Amino acid sequence: MNSSRLPAAEFEVEEIVRATHPPYPDGEHGVETLQVLAPDGTMARSLGARIAGHTVDLSPYLAADADHLRSLYRDMFLIRRFDQESTALQRQGQLALWVPLTGQEAAQIGSGRALAPQDYAFPTYREHGVALTRGVELAEILRLFRGVTNGGWDPRERNFHLYTLVLAAQSLHAVGYAMGLQRDQLADPTLPPAASIAYFGDGASSEGDIHESMVFAASFDAPVVFFCQNNQWAISVPSSVQTKVPLAQRADGYGFPGVRVDGNDVVAVEAVTRWALEHARSGRGPVLIEAYTYRMSAHTTADDPSKYRLSRDEQEWQPRDPLVRLETYLRLAGLAGDDFFDDLGTEAATMAVELRRSVLSMTAPDLASRFAAVYAEPHPLVQEELRFFEQYQAGFADEGKHA
Amino acid sequence: MATMTIAKAINEGLRASLENDPKTLLMGEDIGELGGVYRVTDGLKKDFGALRVVDSPLAESGIIGTAIGLALRGYRPICEIQFDGFVFPGFNQITTQLAKLRTRSDGMLSAPVVIRIPYGGGIGSVEHHSESPEALFAHTAGLRIITPSNAQDAYWMIQQAVTCEDPVIVFEPKRRYWLKGEVDTSAPAGDPFSASVLRSGTDATVVAYGPLVPVALAAAAAAEEDGRSVEVIDLRSISPIDFDTVTASVTRTGRLIVAHEAPTFGGIGGEIAARISERAFLSLEAPVIRVGGFHMPYPVARVEEQYLPDIDRILEALDRAFAY
Repeated sequence: MNSSRLPAAEFEVEEIVRATHPPYPDGEHGVETLQVLAPDGTMARSLGARIAGHTVDLSPYLAADADHLRSLYRDMFLIRRFDQESTALQRQGQLALWVPLTGQEAAQIGSGRALAPQDYAFPTYREHGVALTRGVELAEILRLFRGVTNGGWDPRERNFHLYTLVLAAQSLHAVGYAMGLQRDQLADPTLPPAASIAYFGDGASSEGDIHESMVFAASFDAPVVFFCQNNQWAISVPSSVQTKVPLAQRADGYGFPGVRVDGNDVVAVEAVTRWALEHARSGRGPVLIEAYTYRMSAHTTADDPSKYRLSRDEQEWQPRDPLVRLETYLRLAGLAGDDFFDDLGTEAATMAVELRRSVLSMTAPDLASRFAAVYAEPHPLVQEELRFFEQYQAGFADEGKHA
Repeated sequence: MATMTIAKAINEGLRASLENDPKTLLMGEDIGELGGVYRVTDGLKKDFGALRVVDSPLAESGIIGTAIGLALRGYRPICEIQFDGFVFPGFNQITTQLAKLRTRSDGMLSAPVVIRIPYGGGIGSVEHHSESPEALFAHTAGLRIITPSNAQDAYWMIQQAVTCEDPVIVFEPKRRYWLKGEVDTSAPAGDPFSASVLRSGTDATVVAYGPLVPVALAAAAAAEEDGRSVEVIDLRSISPIDFDTVTASVTRTGRLIVAHEAPTFGGIGGEIAARISERAFLSLEAPVIRVGGFHMPYPVARVEEQYLPDIDRILEALDRAFAY
């Protein structure tokens, strides 16, 4: 088939897309997808898994009391609203780019809420939900996308590292950080056990740095959790091009446990991540979690999914929406009613207004200030170029007066 | 004062760093029991243990990337890259991550990672074992690059790299590892990012660094027999470059030759030539002349002697400068 003749919008190559896009039903390839909260809003009371050949009861890690479930829903709802507002801000020219997370709220909120304060997270560039759980001011995230900084927050305050745009580079940083935690713990056993967590996606799983980080982590039993959000798409390329086996299964080759969890089930994601972090903190080495989810929106605001994926695929994932299933459960169980959801809507609307106000007030830094951030210690070339730049700028000070 | 080889001086410098700061640690391939392929870390694992002298998996990106993570946790990792040509699997971590951490955190974070790279040719080795890639790193803002040429500098500069808050790449002149020199372990160390005038002269200046410093000194001695008084500067630091010292020299001598093993095109010599033409144009009696490698991948060992700048190549450049 001549691909150049493919219609752009709703193409007729379903067979080809399907052939390269295995559905991975539960149990195939020997990997099950752990789930507690089903798409229809029913909740299991226990969670067991076969992990690395052992039967593990994950039920003790389940947190499903009413307050907790409502707070998980609140986080997911707020971050989706944040996502919508950010998309709007980009469309209105206030942000250079936006990276939507819609569809991945459960994977991010669930894993983020599993972290202890002393744990340290290394995000990619889409982990807005994890940022929320770490207490990062959401407006600070937008400073990067507004183009006024390449960072935005002090990572040490929230144990949440800066976004990393070079795919998978941060996974090695997470492993190195974990090696540091390991040494700190040996030097001072009274420190609370801690782990790091490396976020990455199905696309980044093909990067060499993921391989190297897993080798290093396994070799040194580093307390790190590799958290892969398999959202099915690396921009336009389906996950089947990145892997022929479920990503969770790759852990076998490195000699540590790998688990696949329904990434749209916030309760299961949180439980599995809590278990994995405890495993890592207790000195038993790394764990790989594959959160099986779906990027319901575009890769970024510069992307156009209609060119490469079927709207039917998108429609198939709609009923698995992570927010819908928790709302259904909360309503059916009588744990939340219209008042709760209405109040949340109001809270989110207020947040969006505040966010917009913050973004519009963000101003560009002076280029002169950037010279000071290149090196920690004085550098003669930087100083010389700063002097030149300031003199050059000063030359324009009188401009207009003589006009 | 003690007499030791450059390799031993670096070894002693690393030992001092490990003793001085419990947060320092060494990482690299074969640096433990073996002591590295050049034995620069010989005996350190025995004395400091496997947590501080880490035999890493064979993966350069992994070494640099995990070192960045360790630095974020407050450690000061000192990485060994086995050979110059093997730094490239770690190039991404060095240039996109390590070099930029300070800037992208708006000055909040620092990355005091040291990367030791044995570099240069003249050892009759196979492909990828004789390269001089320093210009690729010098072009990257956020990194500092130093290269000692003698045992005294080697002992101190490695320690200064470790205490520096910025990432520092230490290019070690591997064919000079066995060059002996006096080391004063009690002398206060000078600025590692400054150049040093090793020989005074009045008629021309030769700037060299790393493995070519002894060659430049020998060329200056030979030139003296022809009645030419040649000043020799050991650059020591490739980023930043101590242009003040070079400018002051050229202002007096009026002629400048820059010699390095790396190819001249797009290299450090070109940068020095440009800066000096801006700073000392009216003092120059001749164009700045570069002596260096040719625009080709490093050649096979049997012809490397023709490729590498030697005394005659520097003398020929001096002839051209004087004939101008």
